[in-house]
Amino acid sequence: MLQTLLRHRLLWPSITLLLLLAVNAAFNPGFWQLQWRDGHLYGSVIDILNRAAPLALVAMGMTLVIATRGIDISVGAVVAIAAAVAALMIGGELVVKDGVQTHVSRFPMGLAIAAALAVAAFCGLWNGLLVARVGMQPIIATLILMVAGRGIAQLLTGGQIITVYYAPFFYLGNGFLLGLPFAVFIAAAVWLVLHLLMTRTALGLFIQAIGINPAAARLAGLQERLITVCVYVFCGLAAGVAGLVISSNVKSADGNNAGMLMELDAILAVTLGGTALTGGRFSLAGSVLGALIIQTLTSTIYSIGVPPEINMVVKAAVVFVVMLLQSAEFRAALRGWVVRSGNQRS
Amino acid sequence: MKTARIDSRYVPLLGTIAVFLLTAGYGSFAYPSFFSAQVFLNLLIDNAFLCIVGVGMTFVILSGGIDLSVGSVIALTTMVSAALVEQQHWSAAQAIPLVLVLGAGFGALMGWLIQRFKLQPFIVTLAGMFLARGLCYLISIDSISITDSAYTSIAQARLPLWSDGASITVGALLALAVLAFGIWLAHATEFGRTVYAIGGSEASALLMGLPVARTTVLVYTFSGLCSALAGVVFTFYMLSGYGLHAVGLELDAIAAVVIGGTLLSGGVGYVFGTLFGVLILGIIQTLIAFDGSLSSWWTRIVIGALLLVFCLLQRAFESRR
Repeated sequence: MLQTLLRHRLLWPSITLLLLLAVNAAFNPGFWQLQWRDGHLYGSVIDILNRAAPLALVAMGMTLVIATRGIDISVGAVVAIAAAVAALMIGGELVVKDGVQTHVSRFPMGLAIAAALAVAAFCGLWNGLLVARVGMQPIIATLILMVAGRGIAQLLTGGQIITVYYAPFFYLGNGFLLGLPFAVFIAAAVWLVLHLLMTRTALGLFIQAIGINPAAARLAGLQERLITVCVYVFCGLAAGVAGLVISSNVKSADGNNAGMLMELDAILAVTLGGTALTGGRFSLAGSVLGALIIQTLTSTIYSIGVPPEINMVVKAAVVFVVMLLQSAEFRAALRGWVVRSGNQRS
Repeated sequence: MKTARIDSRYVPLLGTIAVFLLTAGYGSFAYPSFFSAQVFLNLLIDNAFLCIVGVGMTFVILSGGIDLSVGSVIALTTMVSAALVEQQHWSAAQAIPLVLVLGAGFGALMGWLIQRFKLQPFIVTLAGMFLARGLCYLISIDSISITDSAYTSIAQARLPLWSDGASITVGALLALAVLAFGIWLAHATEFGRTVYAIGGSEASALLMGLPVARTTVLVYTFSGLCSALAGVVFTFYMLSGYGLHAVGLELDAIAAVVIGGTLLSGGVGYVFGTLFGVLILGIIQTLIAFDGSLSSWWTRIVIGALLLVFCLLQRAFESRR
């Protein structure tokens, strides 16, 4: 029983998260306090959940891409593009209707959201085709969209921050359902669907097979290219949903800065969750935990009064430690050192 | 009769030079004031740091790796220089060697991690990118402007070339020197040949008894040194230290190397091509500035499109061989 628990892949991410939460609670006595106000739950933990939701969404898409031995560094740009499309199509003009001033959407909100997601999925399709059809290295294929996509987002927004005034749109990032932030439900729903797809169908197995050995997977009769394209499309789609949640949360779309460096956070979340960057085995739940760890880390840094600028140094240190622990060579070297120092003592 | 045949190895490089000449030709045709010596010298002056970083990046990519930390190492260099000169009252002669050593050390550390623990260059240099940017903010969140007389006089120094007033800066001269050094290093030394061999096939290079471990570490050390030197040039160019300097420069550098005809799979390419990659990026910016009606984000879109075209050409070229 204990053996299986110790071997469980989510053990280390869970311990990290719990430690961070404990540090938070130690520095901030009110950390665990939840308040019930106006039918909603309020508190630091709820705040972390709400803010981690977009990152968790992107990290889940990234997990599948990394599992196929790929990488998608264009997610930040896709976030910005999706946010810009939605904000432009919704807008929110001030109209006097029946003597009451209301903001109306330029297009129906459903259409705007569908369009933003379609554009995001198209971005993913583009990446997927470059990787699977043209055969480019994933980092370069997505680098192209990362560079050009940021430009496209700036082009759409005219380099400005587009403010959205249409209230129903704010529900995505600020609304509450059953007392919890709605964004948490979006992330949870995506996780549930993916989890079922990966465990109840052979898709999860196929993705791992591609990551472990693409040539063998192809020879075994897998439609390797089709699956790879689909994985990139999903990654783009997930980034699009995250873009909608983020722009809804801040009630605007910023082509210059929305989703900036998000790709790095997403990769960090995936790594923290125990998915190896070399592809193959992956853990969606681990990536969600990774996203929670990153968000908790940010709030820890705020709560213990360290300047927030140190955040990047801490993140860098975490990446270094995690990737060293994942390296077989490092573990071998570490074992060597431990054995040697043990021999000297005895 | 012997027909002049072009060695197929030079095709990507010649393609790049042709694109540059065509773009320059279009610019000269469309804008009367475009065709002047100073406009072309400005390409070099305004992109001197990119050229220096590009030379280091060329070696990394030739060896089959990638270095994402270059932009933030530049920012860290400007920040450390500014803090030392303005706050600790060091002289430029003390500060510059120190930042160069720091940059080389930073690169060596990343190279050692990549080599010793078989980590992916991409993720190690990504962490290095975070670390260097974060260290900038630890020094100061705000921009530190430099008023030191040595820095300002070097920054303003102009070397007049020929009669019509065209001139060149110290930074541009340094860029040309680094380029010449890079070409020598790549094509006339044992180190350079080992880099090509590792990029071609690391396993074969090991079996041939080449010093793979040492060379890999040295490649990243050289890239770190180039980034620090580019940071020094950038400090002259901006006369300030700031944590947000050179954001996204790593991507420009990779784009310049790829456009310059170096294959991303490693082992094939020329340092000289990187110069033209840098010049093409520069001339696109200049054209967009000359046009006036296009916004600056068109630069990114055009660079992305150009990157796509060159990557597609590379793929076609690779599969033909």
